[in-house]
Parts: sequence; C-alpha cells; structure tokens
Amino acid sequence: MLNTLDILETIKMITEEHLDIRTITMGISLLDCASEDIGRCADKIYDKVTRRAEKLVAVGEDLEKEYGIPVINKRVSVSPISSVAAACGEGNIADLARAMDRAAQSVGVNFIGGYSALVHKGMTAADKRLLYSIPEALASTERVCSSVNVATTRAGINMDAVTILGRIIKDISYITRDTGSFGCAKLVVFANIPEDNPFMAGAYHGIGEAECAINVGVSGPGVVRAAIRRHPGCGLTELADVIKKTAFKITRVGQLIAAESSRRLGAEFGIVDLSLAPTPAVGDSVAQILEEMGLETCGCHGTTACLAMLNDAVKKGGVMASSHVGGLSGAFIPVSEDAGMVAAAERGVLTVDKLEAMTAVCSVGLDMIAVPGDTPAEIISAIIADEISIGVVNNKTTAVRLVPAWGKTAGERVVFGGLWGEAPIMPVHGESPAKFIGRGGRIPAPIHSQRN
Amino acid sequence: MRAVITVVGKDAVGIIAEVSNVLKNRGVNIIDITQSVISDMFAMVMMADISSCTVAFVDLAEELRVLGTNLNLDIHAMHEDIFNSMHRI
Repeated sequence: MLNTLDILETIKMITEEHLDIRTITMGISLLDCASEDIGRCADKIYDKVTRRAEKLVAVGEDLEKEYGIPVINKRVSVSPISSVAAACGEGNIADLARAMDRAAQSVGVNFIGGYSALVHKGMTAADKRLLYSIPEALASTERVCSSVNVATTRAGINMDAVTILGRIIKDISYITRDTGSFGCAKLVVFANIPEDNPFMAGAYHGIGEAECAINVGVSGPGVVRAAIRRHPGCGLTELADVIKKTAFKITRVGQLIAAESSRRLGAEFGIVDLSLAPTPAVGDSVAQILEEMGLETCGCHGTTACLAMLNDAVKKGGVMASSHVGGLSGAFIPVSEDAGMVAAAERGVLTVDKLEAMTAVCSVGLDMIAVPGDTPAEIISAIIADEISIGVVNNKTTAVRLVPAWGKTAGERVVFGGLWGEAPIMPVHGESPAKFIGRGGRIPAPIHSQRN
Repeated sequence: MRAVITVVGKDAVGIIAEVSNVLKNRGVNIIDITQSVISDMFAMVMMADISSCTVAFVDLAEELRVLGTNLNLDIHAMHEDIFNSMHRI
C-alpha cells in the first residue's frame, strides 16, 4: 500500500502548488505533403494533421480525468514548412499557415508550431520565401507559431538571416499593432533549436524525427518553490538535493503521461521536457523560486548563480525520472508569463541586460520581453545576435522572443492575456549597432565546434 | 485497474459510510483503507479495485468529487499509477 503522506503530498502538489502537465505536443511529419501546387500542399497538410491529431485532445482530457492531473495544453508541431513548401510553385505560401490554422482549430488544439525555417548556415529560396511570409502568416492566423533557427554551434551565426528577422519582427509588430503587437509572441528566433521541443512558440517537428511522436512538457515552479520554502535555513548543498528530489517527482508524472498518451495515440514516445515553465498565476513563478532561495528581488546580484544552481538541480533530478529527456529542459524565464519577473522588471531591478546574463545558465533565452515600439530593426537584430552568440559559444539552445509593442514606450504596459500574461515595456540601449549589423555575412563557428 | 481515493476534511459522522455507499452502488471493491484524525482533520486513503466498476472511471471520480463538495470534504479518485510513478523508483 502506498504511504498516506506520499499520496497527500501528490494531491497537494496538484491542488495547491500548480503541478500540471503543461503540454502534450504531437509532432507530425509533413514531409510527404510536398506538392508543386500550393493549394494541393495546403489540403494535404490539413488532411494529415486532422487525421493524425484527431484523438489528441480527447486522449489528453481522458488522461487528465483518470490520473487527476491537469493537462493544460494539447498542441501539434509539424515539419519545418520551408522544407515542406520547397517544391511549391507560384502562389501565396502563407496559405499553408492558414491550412495549419484550420487544422488546429478542427482538432481543438490551441497552437500549432512549425511555420519554420532552418537557416543557420544559409537560406534556400524556399527559406527566404517563408521568412518574408511570416508577418502575413502570423497576422492572418490565430494558432500558428513560427520559429527560425539562425545559428548552430557547428555552423556559426547566419547574420544575414538575423538582419532580415529584425525587420520581420518590426513588420509583425506593426501589422498586429491592434492586439499589442501580439503576433511577435508567436515567433521565436533560435540558436541550436531542439527538434523535439514541446513548448510553444518554438515547437517544430525536426527532420530527424519519427512520422509521429509525442513530446510532453511538465511544469512545476510552484512545487519547487513550496519545497524550498519548507527548508528555510538549510545550506545550498542540501537545497540542491531538495530541488533534485522535487524535480524527480515532477518529471515522473510527465514520463507517465508521455508513455500513456503515446500508447493511446499510436505514436512514438518522443521525449519529456524537464523545463520549469512558469505561468502568470500567483505562486507559479520561476522568479519567486529564486527569491525563495534567498534573493530580495529577482534580477539583483546573485540571480545568475541561483538560476544556474536551480537549472542544474532540475536537470539532475529529472534525467533519472525519464527514459528520454529532450526539448529545452531547463528553467524558463519569460517575463510576461511570470508574475515575479514582471514585478521585478517593474521595479527596475530586472533589466534586459541581466536577463541576457541569466540565459547563459538556463533555457531558453530572452523570452516574452516587451520593448519600445520604436526600437529600430538593427537594434532588434543586435539583441538577437547577442543572445544567439551565448547559445553558439556555450553549446546550448538560446532563443529570442521580443515584442516591440507598437506605439508604446518604456514604462508602459502591454497586456496579452491568458497564459501569455502582461509585461512592462523594458528599455533597451539606444546607441546604434547599425554598422555592425549592416556588414552581413556569417559569424564563423567557434573553435570548440571542431570536435571530430 | 486500481484507484486511490483520498478524502480530506473536517471529521464528521459517517464519512466512510457515505463514500463506501457510492463505491458499493458502482460495483467497486475496496481493497484497503487507512484513516487518521489529527486535530479534527480527517484524512482517509482508500485503495479500490475498479475493474468491475459499472460506470466509466471518470464518471465515478466526478460522482465522488460532487459527494465531497456536498459533505464539505475534498475527495479525489485517481489512477494509482500516478502515485506509484512519483514515489517509487
């Protein structure tokens, strides 16, 4: 018989500490949907997604009720559309995004990721076509998410793509200005993009993936924070152990749900993503974990060290709990989606510069940060280049999801609602990097990429 | 399949009887019960075999949840595997 205290601990985690399965994401290969005719390609995409993901939402809901743990999101990721669309002839490639959107609506998932291109070393004609269609694709759909990989440790950084993306983000900001430039929240620029990430907006189904795979993301910032709170006076060695044990328990639930959902859906078990993903709910904040560890406010000196320790302990605890770990697997530090980050940013303690430093020791990057709407494209490109460099040099994933909030200036707020939260507009440095960005070309791969 | 049913709340007369009654009506066999009362707080954990349950498990869980609401108790019915996976290596 199970121990009563263990059972009550699990129930408390779920009912009081926000333990949940953040997402069951079904990755679907669309490589067999290629066609010279865009309309035909769009139809094939719609048919395949609706066929493969038909039962995804129902299975997620059944698991939620049977196991008594909330399954917050059911989502779909697909092969990078630039590859699927490479054979397409004339026409509007954004039609494919609209087909994805209709398919997502039809199967009842709230997001579908993969309107993506991998351009870390260079851009094909199809990649360029996709990049320039992203503003229209995101503005004319509700559920479609886009990601672009502009760098890898092996290939270096494609600065031409970084330059284009600075302008694209500005375009999205403008054409979705009526919704607080929300379109920008659906585009992530990556270095070392994971092929099996279940979290939006950066999820896509990698070229090396199976026909159909289930990737699961768990979430437990509230559980970790509560566990730390129960050990107010202990040393850091003991605290690391507390975090590891908690991460183990959280991840085991993800493993269970991933195994069961992939079995029921007839898909490959992909990975469990160990990420600590915050939500705007009070008590479900990564910033508040860091504060519980002993910081007055997230962003003060000591924040990077706390985050590094947290991130490492989460991985050590989680790795043993799952047969396959992947995705981003680390602590997320999105500003708008984390009430503690928002509070720290509003007090001026948490700055873009500090966030950039923090991303060197955790996943994923400069995430859901609202910046002034009049930030020039080259400054956005330069922010991307800085962040991407951290990923490239440190052999890790980093990403940028900036929202230049059209018509707003530093100190104002932009409200997205729901899981996306709201964010203060954070100031950026105004001095111009235009000459650097204007040089174009590639930043060569770092020396330690030569590992063969 | 086995389920874990937990009941937590202020102690009162007949809690076990109320829960057991629902289980009996739905063909659920109780395998084990542990309960304790600590400073007026009642905590019961029940292991039940639901392989002969006459309704879908999700409906049984909902019926127990509603019963809990009526009795001012928290009642959860969950698949035992979530506890096994979390607390056993």
